[in-house]
Amino acid sequence: MASVSDAELKNMTQEERVTALGMRTEQLTGKSLYLEFDPDATENFTYPWAPDVDFNKRTELDCDGKTTTEVNSSIRALMKEGYGTVVLKNPRGMHSLGVGILSRLNLIVEGSTGYFAVGLIDGPNVRINGRVGWSCGENMMSGTILIEKNAGSTFGAAIRGGDLVCRGSVGSRTGIDQKGGTIIVGGDTGALSGFMMQRGRMVVCGNAGKNLGDSMYDGTIFVGGEIKSLGVDAIEAELTDLDKAWLTRKLTQYGLMPDKGVDHFTKVVAGKMLWNYDNLEPSEKKLIL
Amino acid sequence: MCGIAGLIHKGKSSNVGAEMTSMLRALKHRGPDSTGYAVYGEPTEGDYILRVNVAEAEDMSKGRGIHQVIVDRIAEVEAILAEHGAKVKSKRADTEYALRYVVSHDGDTAKMAAHIEEGEGVEIMSMGNGLELIKDLGDADDVAALYNLNAFQGTHGIGHTRMATESDVDIRSAHPYWAFPYNDVSVVHNGQITNYWIMRRTMERKGHRFMSNCDSELLAVYTAHNLSKGISLEDSLRQSISEIDGVFTYLVATKDQLGMAKDTMAAKPLVLYESDDLIAMASEEVAIRAILPEEIDTTDPYDEEVRVWQA
Repeated sequence: MASVSDAELKNMTQEERVTALGMRTEQLTGKSLYLEFDPDATENFTYPWAPDVDFNKRTELDCDGKTTTEVNSSIRALMKEGYGTVVLKNPRGMHSLGVGILSRLNLIVEGSTGYFAVGLIDGPNVRINGRVGWSCGENMMSGTILIEKNAGSTFGAAIRGGDLVCRGSVGSRTGIDQKGGTIIVGGDTGALSGFMMQRGRMVVCGNAGKNLGDSMYDGTIFVGGEIKSLGVDAIEAELTDLDKAWLTRKLTQYGLMPDKGVDHFTKVVAGKMLWNYDNLEPSEKKLIL
Repeated sequence: MCGIAGLIHKGKSSNVGAEMTSMLRALKHRGPDSTGYAVYGEPTEGDYILRVNVAEAEDMSKGRGIHQVIVDRIAEVEAILAEHGAKVKSKRADTEYALRYVVSHDGDTAKMAAHIEEGEGVEIMSMGNGLELIKDLGDADDVAALYNLNAFQGTHGIGHTRMATESDVDIRSAHPYWAFPYNDVSVVHNGQITNYWIMRRTMERKGHRFMSNCDSELLAVYTAHNLSKGISLEDSLRQSISEIDGVFTYLVATKDQLGMAKDTMAAKPLVLYESDDLIAMASEEVAIRAILPEEIDTTDPYDEEVRVWQA
């Protein structure tokens, strides 16, 4: 990446950027690079090619009679014009709305969306006044998504960062394959929530369905109500003061703080009895021997 | 992946045909192979609506011989109706191979239905006092135009858009399925049934007939079997969750009821809208919003959930 300047990246197409950033040549080593950002290095918080948007510049977009592609291209065109607040009208259950937005944006959806709403995003603050279908916020990297009504299944599948909040109840397999970030549910969640969770936190203020946290590798699940059953290798853990402080801060932030506080939450973590990584990496094992 | 939809009006009649077409049109992307309707009009006691197909859509390209075969098969069906003392009050052919009879009959309809289906290539789509079961290849607009469905008035209905995954693209394997020989019972299904052959053999040993190799037909036969034993629709739906393996969400409609069941994994979608006078459900919200454009509250039923609504 060092050989490409930000100015050059800015003028490239998405296809060219992929090649320039080495995504087609990188050798997979089995270990991911973990980058810690210095809070002062603000230029690292946005992509060099992200459009400059002004949150005070607001516009509306009527989805009626448009295809998903038309709506999503219009959002990009508006961001290029500098609009920082976009309001989507009449979505009426449309699928894949607002996917792949990789810059700061204040997106407001006045209505309900279908599957894959605002998936693959990195940065925007989204507010959806209706309900969302399956896989909302799927694979999001950063930003916030706030849903006023209910959500479908696989809510926040494989999310890696940011806050994904649903004030209502969500379907099954919430936070399946979660790799980071925070999922907060004001109501209940269905079966197999937190299935194969790897990192991050999930908070459910209501009840959780059967097999909660089944085969989870790591991460933490907090449940305020009843848990129908725990999945394989998911165990209860002690709620620490640090957890309580974090829960209080997060739930207050989104106006979901229960009247009785956070002391009643159950904490669920991985028992780590299913971990068999030693068998998969014999070369490292040899080093130890 | 298939699309299913259902709606039921409480205590009133509505333009169910056009409403179902709007819902199924919105679900076309879930299954473009065939589209089916099971819609329920005002029931008339003693009069049965009999929908019979005497050939497959693909048979029609087999040459001129098929036209005579169809004429012969229709004559045979009508001879059997007469033999059982059924009086044909009206007859209409929506396509060359799909016939709709209204017959008055006070005998054993199950026996008559079995006799009609003895004929080669003859399959009863549905029989009942209120049920009209229509299915054909193509999307909702094609089927609705072919069978003039958009003017249909009724209280409730279920529909299906099919993406064929485990059996052929033909009318025989399309949904909905009539729960032979139970009047006015129909089923639509989205999913895969993994113990199909075991269950099918069990049902066949008990004397039930299968017309296709489509796993969804099992749900219709299974429901019919339970109803014949006096089990209520709700209990049958609940029992199916433990007896039938696989991933499924299915809807069953009877003369005055609409029921749903979701498997133990909750792997197949359904979105539910309930109000005082209308209950609507579909694989995706976009189908419900096709008939209710205003902002509404909807929910996702959970795993092992069973619901039954009364018209």
